[in-house]
Amino acid sequence: MDALEIARWQFGITTVYHFMMVPLTIGLGLVVAVIQTLWYRTGKPEYLRMTKFWGKLFLINFIMGVATGIVQEFQFGMAWSEYSRFVGDVFGAPLAMEALLAFFVESTFLGLWIFGWKQLKPGLHLACLWIAVIGSVFSAYFIIVANSWMQHPVGVQMVNGRPVMTDAWAVFTNNTALVAVPHTLFGALAVAGAFLLGIAWYHLWRRRHDGIDTIGTDGKVIPGEAPGIPGRDRNDHTVWIRSLRIGAVVAMISFAGTAVTGDLQGKLMFEQQPMKMAAAEAACHDGTGFSVLSVGNLGSKNCNDIVAVIEVPGILSFLAKGDFSTEVKGVNSLLDEYKAKYGTTLPDNPIYGDRAGQPIQYVPVMEVTYWGFRMMIGFGGIAALAALVALWATRKGTVPASRGLMRLAVFGILAPFGANAAGWIFTEMGRQPFVVAPNPDPSGIDQVFMFTAAAVSPGVSAGEILTSLVVLTTIYAVLLVVEVKLLVKYIRGGVAAAMPELAHAPADESEGGTPPGGTPGTPEGDDVLAFAY
Amino acid sequence: MELLPTIWFIAIAVLWTGYLFLEGFDLGVGMLMKGFARNNTERRVLINTIGPVWDGNEVWLLTAGGATFAAFPLWYASLFSALYLPLLLVLVALIFRAVAFEYRGKVDNPKWRARWDWAISAGSFVAAFGVGAALALTTTGLPIDANGDRVGGPFAWFSGYAVLGGLAVVGFSLLHGLGFLALKTDGEVRHRARAWFVRLLPVLLLPIAGWAVSLQLLSGEAWTMAAVVAAVVAAVLAWNFARKGAEGRAFMSLGAFLLLGSASIFGAAFPVVMPSTLDPAFNLTVTNASSSDYTLGLMSIVACIGLPLVLAYQAWTYWVFRRRVSAAHIPEAHSFLPAIAAKALAPKD
Ligand code: HDD
Ligand code: HEM
Ligand code: HEM
Repeated sequence: MDALEIARWQFGITTVYHFMMVPLTIGLGLVVAVIQTLWYRTGKPEYLRMTKFWGKLFLINFIMGVATGIVQEFQFGMAWSEYSRFVGDVFGAPLAMEALLAFFVESTFLGLWIFGWKQLKPGLHLACLWIAVIGSVFSAYFIIVANSWMQHPVGVQMVNGRPVMTDAWAVFTNNTALVAVPHTLFGALAVAGAFLLGIAWYHLWRRRHDGIDTIGTDGKVIPGEAPGIPGRDRNDHTVWIRSLRIGAVVAMISFAGTAVTGDLQGKLMFEQQPMKMAAAEAACHDGTGFSVLSVGNLGSKNCNDIVAVIEVPGILSFLAKGDFSTEVKGVNSLLDEYKAKYGTTLPDNPIYGDRAGQPIQYVPVMEVTYWGFRMMIGFGGIAALAALVALWATRKGTVPASRGLMRLAVFGILAPFGANAAGWIFTEMGRQPFVVAPNPDPSGIDQVFMFTAAAVSPGVSAGEILTSLVVLTTIYAVLLVVEVKLLVKYIRGGVAAAMPELAHAPADESEGGTPPGGTPGTPEGDDVLAFAY
Repeated sequence: MELLPTIWFIAIAVLWTGYLFLEGFDLGVGMLMKGFARNNTERRVLINTIGPVWDGNEVWLLTAGGATFAAFPLWYASLFSALYLPLLLVLVALIFRAVAFEYRGKVDNPKWRARWDWAISAGSFVAAFGVGAALALTTTGLPIDANGDRVGGPFAWFSGYAVLGGLAVVGFSLLHGLGFLALKTDGEVRHRARAWFVRLLPVLLLPIAGWAVSLQLLSGEAWTMAAVVAAVVAAVLAWNFARKGAEGRAFMSLGAFLLLGSASIFGAAFPVVMPSTLDPAFNLTVTNASSSDYTLGLMSIVACIGLPLVLAYQAWTYWVFRRRVSAAHIPEAHSFLPAIAAKALAPKD
């Protein structure tokens, strides 16, 4: 492998890893903010408990998003210096704005939220969480504006071989970004939904398993108490059943949201990156049908080996154009167009190193694009369906006693994570061989593009990049184990693990008396720290 | 000299100074977790002084990096790729440090804590050293060719200036951390921090002074030399205030020292943002490395709105958490109360 390939692996691994934490941060952050708002409005103890419990998990995950995000910020300059030089005039701006307008907000106000339970008045404390969460949505917006410019460059002019920004409005309202942002946000909510659903299911199951909750003759649940175990009272049951329902509803709504926005993305992709569309279908020839299953050697350079076994006619046209008859171009006809427009071989420029003069491979790796696209939709759909079933299964107030179902619900948490990763891998690898894909719009900036082969840092050796790949991957693997272990520990610990005060005043709290952690409206003056590391 | 690139050079100098001022003390406090803090309670006091603010402080680094990307893409690309391995170390350090703050208290076990304590203190040291080395090298020069790419292999960046710059930021951060602890804690820790501050000031500021002075010799101007002298005066003031127990004034004087020191350094480097040690013709300067005026103009508007806001709400955070922390405020490590791990109820199957 040469520097380029290693750098690509590194970028892929580190970004996908970052994007394991990101959707949970965004999705769970929104959910916790809503729940705390409910507590603020109603003062009901179960909402405080939910805020504390889910908030704890949120923080354990958040920090990993921060730690891995810093790598992303540095990586452009370290491993992709030619890329950074080429795009800097346009691409640096959203990145800098993300830091200045979003990261500061997120980190500062989250610090206030974590430590400010007693220092701040409840309304202000809640506002801090909302501001932090809105900050994370802004950060998603800015970074996707940057990413969308790579998918669909707009608002620039070529000056001395580099794109120079001429229209910031066009860059920041790039239609690619305007649909990718809601799509990604819904994808993030899907993760949060499944997370709530799976964990709440586990706790409800555990309460039945431990004999705390029982089933009455009418089939309805009879919530019980486990004296001696902090936090496992009747209120605990409310916490989980409500979390489960919120999770299920969020999961279903967000899948609908991804479907609607994904459809819009498909239409843009049809115009902006037709080759990605063809590769997503692994379709050699023009057609209208959406393949549900294609067999053959997807990785082969010759798409004629691939046969669609099951195909739904018209659906592909619908995805691309909104009708059932538009012919969507296949790989074969597009290849000729691309070759005519962007050349058949990489230019004889030292920037391409050994690759200079070699033929350009315009077709992305079809195994990845074909299955990536289907995994994204499939995993998302499965999670939404499961959420529907879960709502029905818990209509009597608790979950079935089956251990197998419980396991399924817990493992189901992984599905939307998989959908998100698949979506990004599809989007990014479907863009190859370009790192900045050409914008085929006849507006005159068709010639703004960059081949990935030209993007890597020329001065950096393969050995260096390999070192960082090995180091970062190892650290990420170790930290993943640590994070998951901690999450599991706190999940099993239940609400009391996030609220040690429950051990001291469980009786008061469940009567709806003074909830530990402060009633809304009474910040305690003398405490320096509401939360101590 | 073109106006907008010059303004952006100043803006980036300001961001770096803001970073060194703010993250400086939390890096210092991090390093002091080992050697200074004597027991677990003291270590928790230390962490709690910076707990609510360290992440916000770190964003100054990201903003400095991002702003360099936006305003001087060629500088960003050359500096970051030339310093590939040292920056990798910085990243590793920052990853462990960040995770350590959050995870250290999550398991009540001395071994677990001891490991994360190491991560915080070593991570803070390596991050400070690496950032210092990178900043020093961008002012003194790197072996870059006409395209801005490093020549000479993975370690070609190494020079005495890397060590000097690394020590400069480590030393400054340690001192600044001590000053911060004297200001933010009470009891034992406060008194010890102040005593150490007074005792160690001359040693800890020596490397940063060395960097500033050597840069004056390389490319100083009258006003930047005056700034060095003024910085020395500020350092003496800081020492004197600390000795008298005026912790707030000592802290601010050290801040003034940093401001003047970094003005002298960035001022002396200007207009070169990254000299080439191979050929001055390859130097990256404020003009040849910058973005277009359009982009710089846009970024100026954003910065004029964003930066004052950031300063305002970060200042507010410090106000909210203004009270001193002392060992008395540290509750028992919260006993973890597992609802499920406990076998209090016999499982049915
Ligand atoms: C859709 C959203 C999204 C996407 C595509 C990315 N990120 Fe991210 N990033 C976030 C959403 C996010 C976040 C939700 O805002 C995080 C997660 C945890 C956090 O603090 O903020 C974050 C954290 C985070 C941080 C740490 C911020 C801090 O210290 O508070 C940095 C430096 C980056 N990211 C940089 C990047 C870069 C350079 C990316 C492109 C390759 C990237 N992120 C992709
Ligand atoms: C603003 C956001 C992003 C930018 C600027 C960006 C940029 C890049 C760059 C420069 C590369 C290397 C060149 C290449 O191999 O294509 C790349 C590759 C890649 N990115 Fe992104 N990316 C972004 C977001 C993401 C996210 C969030 C993910 C997934 C979670 C992702 C997944 C990948 C993958 C899997 C590759 C490897 C593709 C390949 O090797 O073929 N990207 N991206
Ligand atoms: C019917 C459902 C869906 C459709 C039609 C759909 C469509 C699309 C399309 C066309 C893209 C590529 C955009 C481009 O490269 O130009 C995309 C990307 C993506 N999808 Fe989906 N999607 C669906 C469901 C989901 C679900 C359920 C998730 C996650 C839970 C998800 C997460 C993503 C992500 C993270 C990306 C990459 C970022 C982006 O470009 O927005 N998608 N989707």
